[in-house]
Amino acid sequence: MNIILIFIAATIVNNIVLTYFLGICPFLGVSSKIESAIGMGLAATFVMTLAATVTWLIYHYILVRFNVPFLEYVSFILVIAALVQIVEMFIRKTSPELYRALGIYLPLITTNCAILGLTLFMVLREYNFLESVVFGFGSGVGFTLVLLIMAGIREELEFADVPEAFKGAPITLIISGLLALAFMGFSGIISTS
Amino acid sequence: MSSVRLYTEFFKGFWKDNPAFRQLLGMCPLLAVTTSVLNGISMGIAMTFVLVCTSIVVSLIRKIVPNQVRIATFTIIIATFVTIADLFLKARFPPISKALGPYIPLIVVNCIILGRQEAFAKKNPLGRSFLDALGMGFGFTLALLLLGAIRESLGSGSILDIQILGTWFEPWVIMILPAGAFITLGFLIALMNLIDERLKKAA
Repeated sequence: MNIILIFIAATIVNNIVLTYFLGICPFLGVSSKIESAIGMGLAATFVMTLAATVTWLIYHYILVRFNVPFLEYVSFILVIAALVQIVEMFIRKTSPELYRALGIYLPLITTNCAILGLTLFMVLREYNFLESVVFGFGSGVGFTLVLLIMAGIREELEFADVPEAFKGAPITLIISGLLALAFMGFSGIISTS
Repeated sequence: MSSVRLYTEFFKGFWKDNPAFRQLLGMCPLLAVTTSVLNGISMGIAMTFVLVCTSIVVSLIRKIVPNQVRIATFTIIIATFVTIADLFLKARFPPISKALGPYIPLIVVNCIILGRQEAFAKKNPLGRSFLDALGMGFGFTLALLLLGAIRESLGSGSILDIQILGTWFEPWVIMILPAGAFITLGFLIALMNLIDERLKKAA
């Protein structure tokens, strides 16, 4: 039951983009085409789930055991960087098309705050192993969901008559604000911190 | 290099290349911690500290780091300084550390810092890298301050916890919610575009 709650919380109620502002860069950058949004979302979900799994193991079996939790940030970022590298090589081999579409944003997943952010939240909230994996996966799904919604809106936006000064980033930010408001409607579903 | 050039190196971070408004980097701390002015300033100082220290180190070792492993090297340097800043805040200012939560460690992945190393410090001498980092850091702090001031005054009617709007004022709760952050920033960038356009026309 707890697992389901964590999943729903991570996906919609406490959406990682709209409530914690993590992963805003790809959110603003990639989300103009639905295909690249899907690709980016899937890559991020994959890395997030893996990162949550691996960092949990490292934190509990290495850092805590040898009493060096201050190495948390350094080791987490290294693990994430290595994971992204692996995913990048994998995608380049299996789908060159997707690789071209994701372009610069794939290496940027390394510095995607969403991934480091979720591993930090995982430690802060003292999740156990299973909860961490579900939390990582749920956050990824939530990220993909918002990226997709945003891409859909922005494809329509190309035909809209936006005032000159609001073109580009400003209008995207304001739409994100409205989306965040809409997602607040879910907050009554469950009460989590 | 002339002193005029040094001067621009420092001040470009304020308006022309403001990291937050112009380059749209470092969005997550910008939106997340600006619910009050105090949080904004603390974040800005922590960011500036990490940015300046990292730029100094990167600029000093720029000739001995092999190109292939530079990103990893930069990241480790950044993570080290972030750990220092985080431990310092935890020891000296526990309430602030608590309010900023995971957003201090998240400086590690802040694109502004890595971005400046890639775009500037790895190919410029110490002095200029230092000024560039300082200017970018201040520019970012300025953005945090501005956003924090707008959101705190409209969202809770106060600035630095001092009530500035009377009891007649009904706080706009949306301003301290995530939605308010997005919308305020959107309007601020639009305003900046508008001013730039006017300046261009006048010139």
